[in-house]
Parts: sequence; C-alpha cells; structure tokens
Amino acid sequence: MKKQEYIEYVEDRAKKSPIVKNCICAFSIGGLICIIGQIFLDLYSFWGLEKQDASTLASISLIFLTALLTGIGVFDNIARVAGAGTLVPITGFANAISSQAIDTKSEGYVLGVGAKMFTIAGPVLVFSTISGVLYGVIYYICTVIWG
Amino acid sequence: MEIALKYLIVFLVGGTFSFIAQVVIDKTKVTPARVLVTYVCVGVFLSAIGVYTPLKEFANAGASVPLTGFGSLIAEGVRRAVDERGLIGALTGVFSLTSGGIAAAIVFGFLASLIFSSKPKR
Amino acid sequence: MKSQIIKLNNPPKISSTYSVVGHLERQGPLGALFDEFCQDDKFGKDTWEQAESEMQLRAVQGAIKRAGLSDCNIDMLLAGDLLNQCVGSNYALASIDIPYLGLYGACSTCAEGLTLGACLYSGGMAEYCGVVTSSHYCSSERQFRFPLEYGGQRTPTAQWTTTGSGAFVLGNEGKVKICEAMIGKVIDKGIKDINNMGAAMAPSAIDTLTRYFRNSNHSPKDFDLIVTGDLGYEGSEILKDLLLGEGVDIRENHTDCGLLIFKRDEQDVHAGGSGCGCSAVVMASHIVPRMEAGELKNVLFLGTGALMSPTTLFQGGSIPAISHLVHLEA
Repeated sequence: MKKQEYIEYVEDRAKKSPIVKNCICAFSIGGLICIIGQIFLDLYSFWGLEKQDASTLASISLIFLTALLTGIGVFDNIARVAGAGTLVPITGFANAISSQAIDTKSEGYVLGVGAKMFTIAGPVLVFSTISGVLYGVIYYICTVIWG
Repeated sequence: MEIALKYLIVFLVGGTFSFIAQVVIDKTKVTPARVLVTYVCVGVFLSAIGVYTPLKEFANAGASVPLTGFGSLIAEGVRRAVDERGLIGALTGVFSLTSGGIAAAIVFGFLASLIFSSKPKR
Repeated sequence: MKSQIIKLNNPPKISSTYSVVGHLERQGPLGALFDEFCQDDKFGKDTWEQAESEMQLRAVQGAIKRAGLSDCNIDMLLAGDLLNQCVGSNYALASIDIPYLGLYGACSTCAEGLTLGACLYSGGMAEYCGVVTSSHYCSSERQFRFPLEYGGQRTPTAQWTTTGSGAFVLGNEGKVKICEAMIGKVIDKGIKDINNMGAAMAPSAIDTLTRYFRNSNHSPKDFDLIVTGDLGYEGSEILKDLLLGEGVDIRENHTDCGLLIFKRDEQDVHAGGSGCGCSAVVMASHIVPRMEAGELKNVLFLGTGALMSPTTLFQGGSIPAISHLVHLEA
C-alpha cells in the first residue's frame, strides 16, 4: 500500500471524536464560565469599581480560580469534558501557565518554572503582541493621513 | 427579567465562541494552540475594525472572557496610546490594558507552583 | 535473499520475571497478577523521572532475586525506557553492579532487549542476562505531550502510556525458551498524528510478520497466541484487517498488550495502553506465566515502537515505526 493510500485508509477508519457531544459540552461550559465572569463583573461594579477595573478584576478572579483548580488537580478533569469550553475563555490561558509552572518546578524555580512557564501560553502573547503593534502602526498612519 | 436576559446573552455569546473553536478542533487538523493564536489575532482585528467594542457592550463578559476579548483589549490599549502619544503608542499600548491579566496569570501560576505538585491521573 | 530470521541454536530460557506497576494498571484486568504496585505512582521519590528509575530498579532486583541469583551472577543488563538519553535506565542501574547496555526502541524496547539478550546468551557471551524496560505515564507525558495538569482533550485513537516496569532474567533454567527472533525494519507510512500511534506502528508489524511467515515454514495457525505490544485498539484492527488482505489471518489468535492491560471502557484510556513498560509487564506477569502453566505453547511476541520525537513532529515529520519479533516456546 502506498503512503498516501495508507494515510487515507487510516483517516477513513479512525473513530472520530464525538463532535456533537463535544460541541454541546464546549458550548455550555464555555457559556457558564462567561457567566461566572459576569457575576464577578457585576459584583465588583456593585462595590463601586469603575467598569474597566471591574472587568480586569473579573478576569483576574477567573485566572485565580483556574490556578487553584489546576493546583488541586481538578481543572484537567473538567477540561477533558469541556474541550474548547475551558480552552477559549481566559481559563485556558491561565491553565496553560499554571500547569506548566507546577510541572516544571522539579527543574527549579529559575530554569524550570521561570524559563518554561510560557511554553504553551507563549504563542498567544507573541502573536497578539505582533498583531497589536501592527494595528497600532496602521492606525497611526491612518490618523496621520486623515487626521 | 432584564438581568436574566443579560445573563442569557452572556451565556449564548460566550458559548458560541467555545462552540466554534470545538468544531474547528474536531473537524480539522488545526491544533488547539493554533486555534488560540487565531482567536487573539481575530480579537485584535475585530476590535480594529470597530466590531468588538459594540459586541462587548451587548454581551459583556460573554465577549470579554473568551480570548478574543484579550485580543480586543490589546487593540484598545494600542489605539488609546497612539491617540495620546503617536507612533510609540503602538509599542507602549500593547499591555496597557492587558497587563492585569498577564501579571495575574504569572503570579498565580508561580504561587501554584510553590504550593502544589502534579498528581498522577486516574 | 537472506531469511533474516535469527535461529537461536542454544536458546535461552526465561528464568524469572518480575513486574512493578502504577495504580491505574493495578486497577486493570491484570492488576492482581503484577508483583508490586505503588498507589501514588511516585515510588517514594520526589520527581516522576526518579520514580520511573526506582520502579525499574525494583523490577530488576525482583527478577534477579526470584531467579535465586545475585547481582554478581548476571553478566549484563539490557535496559531501556522512553526518556531522552535513556535516563530512566541510566539512573536506575547506577546503584547496581552489573555491566549495562542502554537501548531505545520506544514501545518495542522489551522485544529488542529480549532479542539481543537471547543472541548474547546463545552465542555464549552471557550465562545470565537481564532485560528490563520501563515507562511512566507522568514522565513521558511531560516529555512528549503536555504538563500533567494541563487541560486537554484526547481523540479516541490516542493511547495511554503505561506506568510499569517489567524485568526478565534469561539463563539456563526455566520452562519458556526464546527459540527465534527477527529484527524489525524502520517503516514509515507517513502518519503524522501523535494521537494515532497505533496506525503509525501497524505497518511495521505487518512488515515483520509477513517477512517471518514468508521465510519460516510456520503459518499463523502454528501459534497459540500472537501478541503485539502495543498497537492498542486502532493499530490492532488495522493489523488484522490489512494482514487479512494479504492472505494472513491472525484474527483468531491475536491479542495486544495495550488492550490487555486496561479496561478500555471504564478507565478512559481511549485506544489502550502504550509505552515500553506495557508489553514488558504484560509479558512478565501474564503471557510468560501462562506459558509456564502450560496454557500456551507457541507464542509470537511482536514489540512495536513509534520512533518519533516531539521536535521532528513539530517540524512536520511523520512517525517512523519498528517491530521486533520474538518466538517463545514452552
């Protein structure tokens, strides 16, 4: 059997991920995490924080919860069911950092935790920064041209 | 009633962001890491063309909690900084609104590594 | 064309076996058969890498003791694991006073070790030869995939690295002998999905098996059992299906170590077990004892290994695979 034939044969017969179930789980858990974020947001606004700060603090609260759940070994069990539901909200970013930090502490705090914390989350920061700077330059040029 | 509707919108919009990512991951060979990178870049783009800010006003946390919200914060920070300081704002504004989240992720990640160790899986 | 089958004129016998596993393997269908297990998978150590070494050390010492021997009787140890630079074995065997050769063959290492050990014995180079391999879910997950606490989803074809170490002492005494062996070729059919290693390894098993049947006067019917380790569910199905297409029917007597070690429906291990500890502990505590008890007479053991590294995969490379064959006779 030729390589290409074999690859097609394998892809044809491989059991696919249960997409309907996965999507329902992702949708509901992703939505639920946003609701938890909204509860924090409303709570902080209620306590008199201004909107931008309340929103930042709501994100920070989710990040804290994620780091905690990651640490006690619960987050990966939720994520196994939730898939993109925990990946897409800020929880996925926080889990990528905290799981890597916990995992690499056996290599020491400087060369392990410090050096490897962003192994998984790094690409998100790099590409968001690059696209942000790119946008800034374009936006600047536009303001110069059109005032 | 109004608050229930607000929360319903949060749920639906936030869920939809996750739903789309799940479809892409399961249906194509795109890895989760690439999906996330795409999401933040899309967030920057949507904010740049002025779509994301109205969406955030409509869906609140439903739009700000997903990673696209992170991207939109970067774009917003850059826009404000360029307005204030010109071209240098393209660099200085990137983390002006997002540093709270990034610093929190680093600090809590570090604290977690001080307190916890990884466990075997069942 | 050479036959490529290694006929061992002076076949060694498996004098003793010993297995050490983690808690998930202990809960599996073969759980009660394993000699030793550890509830927290750490084996009293601080890191997962040290835990794997400790596991391997216990397996070697257990097998030597069970054979009624001591370290000074063993001429050499052939050992391997999944970690970079073979550190699992290197550190495990630092505290043992036996000459040592480190092997890497991914999940095929156990068969690779048995093949080499049998050759060295048969050639008179060793009176007693130890073979040990290990894998640890936690240490290999860190190296090949993600941190343990990272939240990700696996596809149904993904395999679960077994936590376990199996050791064998080859020598003069014993009921089970290694009478033939065949060294595998590297076969790469272009599979790139690390979550479908069974499909990457199946073609190499097909290659070795068809070569063996073509060049020996045996047919699949001559064997009570053809054990692969570890193709998992997906790879086993592909193996049986494609071999049938070539006129070789092994559906009746085929089994796979990755399928034997876990309860696939209950333990959430997707396509089954993998890792070079998997076939080692299943052979050591299940297959060889069954042969010793007279339940099985002729067994073909195929160790199948996926020989990739994370770096080559990120560079877009496919997964090369290898299968070594060992013919056991009771």
